[in-house]
Amino acid sequence: MRSIRDWPERDAEMEPVLKICDLAISLPPGADRGFAVQNIDFDLSAGEILCVVGESGSGKSMTANALMGLLPDQVEVARGTAHFEGRDMLALPDHERRKLRGDRIGMIFQEPMTALNPLMRIGDQIAEVFEAHNRHTPSERRDKALALIKEVGLPDPEKIIRAYPFQLSGGQRQRAMIAMALALDPAILIADEPTTALDVTTQAQILELIKTIQHRHGMSVMFITHDFGVVAEIADRVIVMRYGEIVEQGPVAEVLKTPQHAYTKALLEAIPSDHVPSPEPVSGPAVLEVRNLRKTFVTSGGLFRPKRSVTAIDDVSFSIARGEVLGIVGESGSGKSTVGRAIVRLVEADSGEILLDGQNMTALSADELRRARRRVQMIFQDPYASLNPRKTILHALCEGPIVQGVSRDKAHARARELLEIVELDAGAADRYPHEFSGGQRQRIGIARALAMDPDLIIADEAVSALDVSIQAQVLNLLRDLQKRLHLSLMFITHDMRVAAQLCDRVAVMQRGKLVEIGPVAEVFLNPKAEYTRNLLAAVPGTDWNRGAA
Amino acid sequence: MMDFLKRFSRNRGAVIGAVILITVVLLAVLAPLLYPESPWKMVQRPFLPPFSVEGFPLGTDTLGRDVASGLVHGARVSLIVGLVSTLVALLIGVPLGAFAGFYGGLVDDGAMRFTEFFQTIPNFALAIVLVAIMEPTLPTITLAIAIVSWPPVARLVRAEVLSLRKREFVDAARLAGLSNTRILFGHILPNAMSPIIVMASLMVATAILLESSLSFLGLGDPNIMSWGYMIGAARTVIRSAWWLSFIPGVAILLTVLALNLIGEGLNDALNPRLARKGR
Amino acid sequence: MTLLSAIFGRAAKAAVTLLLIVVLNFFLIHAAPGDPAMVMAGEAGAADEQFIAQLRERFGLDQPLYVQFWNYVSGVVQLDLGYSYRQQMPVLDLILDRLPATLLLTLTAFGMSLLLGIVFGLAAAARQGRWGDTAITSMALLFYATPLFWVALMAVVLFSVKLGWFPAFGYGTVGADLSGLDLVLDRLRHLFLPALTLGLFFMAVYLRMTRSSVLEVSQMDFVKTARAKGLGEGVIRRRHILRNALLPVVTLAGLQAGQLVGGAVLTETVFAWPGIGRLMFESLTARDYNTLLGVFLVSAAMVIAFNIITDIVYRLIDPRI
Repeated sequence: MRSIRDWPERDAEMEPVLKICDLAISLPPGADRGFAVQNIDFDLSAGEILCVVGESGSGKSMTANALMGLLPDQVEVARGTAHFEGRDMLALPDHERRKLRGDRIGMIFQEPMTALNPLMRIGDQIAEVFEAHNRHTPSERRDKALALIKEVGLPDPEKIIRAYPFQLSGGQRQRAMIAMALALDPAILIADEPTTALDVTTQAQILELIKTIQHRHGMSVMFITHDFGVVAEIADRVIVMRYGEIVEQGPVAEVLKTPQHAYTKALLEAIPSDHVPSPEPVSGPAVLEVRNLRKTFVTSGGLFRPKRSVTAIDDVSFSIARGEVLGIVGESGSGKSTVGRAIVRLVEADSGEILLDGQNMTALSADELRRARRRVQMIFQDPYASLNPRKTILHALCEGPIVQGVSRDKAHARARELLEIVELDAGAADRYPHEFSGGQRQRIGIARALAMDPDLIIADEAVSALDVSIQAQVLNLLRDLQKRLHLSLMFITHDMRVAAQLCDRVAVMQRGKLVEIGPVAEVFLNPKAEYTRNLLAAVPGTDWNRGAA
Repeated sequence: MMDFLKRFSRNRGAVIGAVILITVVLLAVLAPLLYPESPWKMVQRPFLPPFSVEGFPLGTDTLGRDVASGLVHGARVSLIVGLVSTLVALLIGVPLGAFAGFYGGLVDDGAMRFTEFFQTIPNFALAIVLVAIMEPTLPTITLAIAIVSWPPVARLVRAEVLSLRKREFVDAARLAGLSNTRILFGHILPNAMSPIIVMASLMVATAILLESSLSFLGLGDPNIMSWGYMIGAARTVIRSAWWLSFIPGVAILLTVLALNLIGEGLNDALNPRLARKGR
Repeated sequence: MTLLSAIFGRAAKAAVTLLLIVVLNFFLIHAAPGDPAMVMAGEAGAADEQFIAQLRERFGLDQPLYVQFWNYVSGVVQLDLGYSYRQQMPVLDLILDRLPATLLLTLTAFGMSLLLGIVFGLAAAARQGRWGDTAITSMALLFYATPLFWVALMAVVLFSVKLGWFPAFGYGTVGADLSGLDLVLDRLRHLFLPALTLGLFFMAVYLRMTRSSVLEVSQMDFVKTARAKGLGEGVIRRRHILRNALLPVVTLAGLQAGQLVGGAVLTETVFAWPGIGRLMFESLTARDYNTLLGVFLVSAAMVIAFNIITDIVYRLIDPRI
C-alpha cells in the first residue's frame, strides 16, 4: 500500500575498487563443513553500497574478515584472490596487510557495547588510528578526532572526546566506531551487521549516517546484514549467501522485486510483509484486565552511593479479550517485557491491579499464587536459556502439570500429544535440549506453555532470536495454534512487522508509558501518537513493498 | 559418562594425575597390610640413607623409624584430612552461597559480609590459632582447615546461582508453580555442579598443603604420623640428612600436583565450551 | 563515586571488620584450655593456688566475663594488645619490634612474584599451545603444588649448604658491625632465599591468572577493533590487552594478601627471620596466647590495609567504578 521507490540506476560500467575471485575459506577439521565459504566471486564498485545478506552460518562475516586479515585461528583462506588498488590483498604479507587496515579499508562491527576498549577514552581510541599509521602530531590527532566526532553527529564533542565507552549509549558507541573507521578516509568501509544490536530508531539514524558519509567521502561500502529491510533501505547491489556460497547477486531492485533463486524467494517470502491485515475485532469477556500498573526499579544505594531509580511501568492499563492477540511493541527500555513479567508476577508491581477472569493476581498469597500460576504461561525469547540443559524434554513438559496435580501417566500422554501439535516427533520427549535447533526449542517452549492449559499465554520476544526463515515457521505455528485452540495471546515484540502479522490489536510503549493502543490496522496505518509515527518511519525498508512476489 | 571419560582422558596431564592419585590412595588403603607395625616404632639404626639396608628402601629417620612406613601411613592422614575438610567446607559454603545468590537482598548482604569477613582473615594464621586453641587432634585440624577454606566456595556458588537464576528456564519453573526450594535444588544447583566439582578437587589439594604446613609447625595430631611432621622432625638435621626432609616433601608435591592436574582435566571434561575458549 | 569517598567507605568497613576480629580474639582466648594465670604459673614452676589467685587478680582475670570483655576491647582500641607473660613485654612492643622484618619480606616477595608472574604469564600467553607455553605453565603448576616450607628447606640445602651462595638463616650477619652499603648488601643476601621461597607460590598464582586473563581478553571484540585500525601487535598487546587483562590479577592480588601473611609464618620459621610470623611460631610453642592472638590481629590488619591499596589501584585502572 506504500508507493514503490524508484531505484536509482547505477552505472554498470563502473570500475571495481575490489575484485574478488574464487575465494574459499577453510574451516578447521571437525567443523560441520569443510569450507566456511567457497566459489566466492564478486566486485565492489566505486561509490556503491553492496549488501551481503544471509542467515546465520552463511559465511557472510567470514568473507569480510578474510579481506581484513582478521580470520580466527585455524580458519584460513584456502584459495582465491582479492584485487584492491593493484595488489592481491590475500597474498600480501602480514605487515603490508596491516598498513591497509584502518587506512585504505575501515571496518565496523555488530556489538558496539564490546567493540570499544572499556579502559580508554573515546578520543584516544580515535586518535590511535592516526598513530597506527604514523600520521600527524599528537595535538593534530586530537583536533582530527574532535572533527570526526563532530562529523558522525555525536553530541557535545568536547565532552565525548574525554568520555569512556561505558558513558555512551549503544548508538553513540556505534557512531564512535564509525568515526574511527572514517579517520583516514578509506576507499572501502566494511560494516558487519552494524545495526543489528540497536533499536529501530537508532538503527535508522545509523543507516542514515552511513549513507551520508558514503556519499560525502565517495567510499565503497560492503554492508553485511541478515535483514532485507535494511537491504531495501541502503543497498545499491545485493549478494545473497547460503551455506558459504553466493546464490544470487544483482541490483537491489531486481533482487527484491524479481528474485531468481529459490532460496532468495523463500527468504523474501518469510519476511512478514508490510501488508497490514484488518482482522475482525475480537469481542467478548476480558480474560485479562490490567489497571493502573506501576513499577519502578530502584538500585539500592550504598552508604556512599546515591539511589538510582528507573520507572519501567508508568500507569499502564489495558485488557485482552478471550481469544484475542494483543501485541505490545516498543524499543528496549520501553518496559514492554516488564509488563509481561509483572502480569505473571515474576516481577512484583508497585501498585495497580491485574485481573485474570476477575481474580486479582496481585492480591494472591505465595501459596495461592503457586496454584494460580497455571493460568498464565510464558514463551521466552532465548531458545538456549529457556530449557534446563540437564532435564529431558518430557521432564520440561510434565513437571508443571504434575506439580499442579495431574497424574504422571496423563501428563506424559499429553506431553507426547503436544509435541505432535507443535510438529515435533514424539520421540523428542526423551532427548535433551542440546540435541535440538533453536527453532525446535522454541516449539518445545510453546508446547510447555500449552501443557499447563493456560487462560493466557504471554510470548516475550518469542521469535526475535531466530533466523528469518525459522521465524516465519514458528510464527505460522503460533498463528495456527491460536486460531485452532482459540488462545488468548499477549505478544511482546520490538519488531513492528512481526506484530502486524499476528496481532488483533497493538499497544505501543515508550519509557514505561502506553502511548497508543488500538486495532492493528488503525495503529499502523493511522497512528495517533507522534512516537508511533517515528517508530513506524524508522522501520527499515518501509518504502519497499514486495507487492505480489 | 563415556563422553566425560573420553574428554577427561584427552588431557594427558589429567591421566597422569589420576594414576598418581590412585597409587597414593592404594598405598594409603593398604598401609595396614604393607606396614602392620606402628610407624612410630624404632626398627633400625637411625640415619640410614635410602637403599643402604635391605628391607628399608627409604632408610630410617633420626630415631630409627622406618621412613617408608611413615610415608605410607602419612598418606592416610593427608587424604582423610583433605577429603573430609573439603566436604565440610562444601557443606558450609554451598548452602550459604546458594541461599545468598538465590534470595538476594538482605540474605545476600548478610551472607556475603560474613563470607568477606572470613576471607579477610589470613587463613593460615586463623588455622594456626584455631588448632592451637582447640588442641591438635585429627578432628580439630580437619575442622580448622574447613573453617578457613569455605569462603571461596560460597562466593563461587553465589556467582553461579546469581547467573543461573536469571535464566529463562528458572522463570519457566516458577511459572510451573514450583516452590523455591525445588527450583533451587532441582533446577539451579544441578547446573552449578561442574564448577563446584572442579573447585572441590583443587580444595583437597590445598587442604593437604595446609595440613602438612600445620604439622610441620608442630600442630599435627601427636599420635598420628604425617608427612608434614616427618619434614618438621627432620628439619634440625637438614645439613646432615637432607633426604629425610626431601622424601616426604616429594610425596606431598606429587599428591598435590596430581589433584591439580585432575582438577584441570575435570574442568576440560565438564566445561568443554569454556575449556576450548581458554585454549 | 569519587576516590576519596571510596577510600573513606573502605576504611569504615575495615574498622568494623577489625572490631569483629577483636571480639573473635577475645572468645578464642577464653576458649583456650587453662587460663593464662595457670599457664604463667606453670612457666614459673610454682603452681600453688595462692600464687595463681594473685596472678588472676593482677591481670583482672577474676572479673566477670563481660568486664573482661570490655577491658579487652577497650584495651585493643587504645592499642593495648595485652602483655606477654612469657616475654615479659607488652605484646604491641614485641610486634612493633618484629613488624619491619615481616613487611620487608612480604613486600619484597609480593613485588617479585607479581612482576615475575605477569612477565611469565604474558610470555606463556604469547606462545599459547607451543612448547614455551607448556614449559612455563608446567613450572607454574609445580610451584603451585609445592609445600612452601619444603621449598624453603630445599633452598637451604641447595643454595646455602651445598653451594654456599646465601646464608641459611637470620636477618643479618651476627657480630659483623656493618653500616651503609655493606649493611644493605648483607640484608639483601639474607633476604634473598626467604623472599624467593615465599614468592614462588604466588608467582605461580599470578602467572596462571595473567595467562588465562590475557587469552580471554585477546578474544574480545575491542581487540579485533584495534586490529582493524591497523595497530601493530605489540601496541595491541600493551595498550589494549595487558591493561584489561591486569584487572583480575589485581583483584586476585588483593584476595591473596592473607595467604602471603600466612606463608610468612612458614618462611620466617624456616629461615629464623625475626618477623611477626616467627613470633607467631614462638608464641605457639610457648603457649603464649596473648602474643599469638596479637600477631593474628595485626596480620589481619595488614591484610585489610593491603586490600584497601589494591582497591585503590583497581579504581585507578578501571574508570567504570
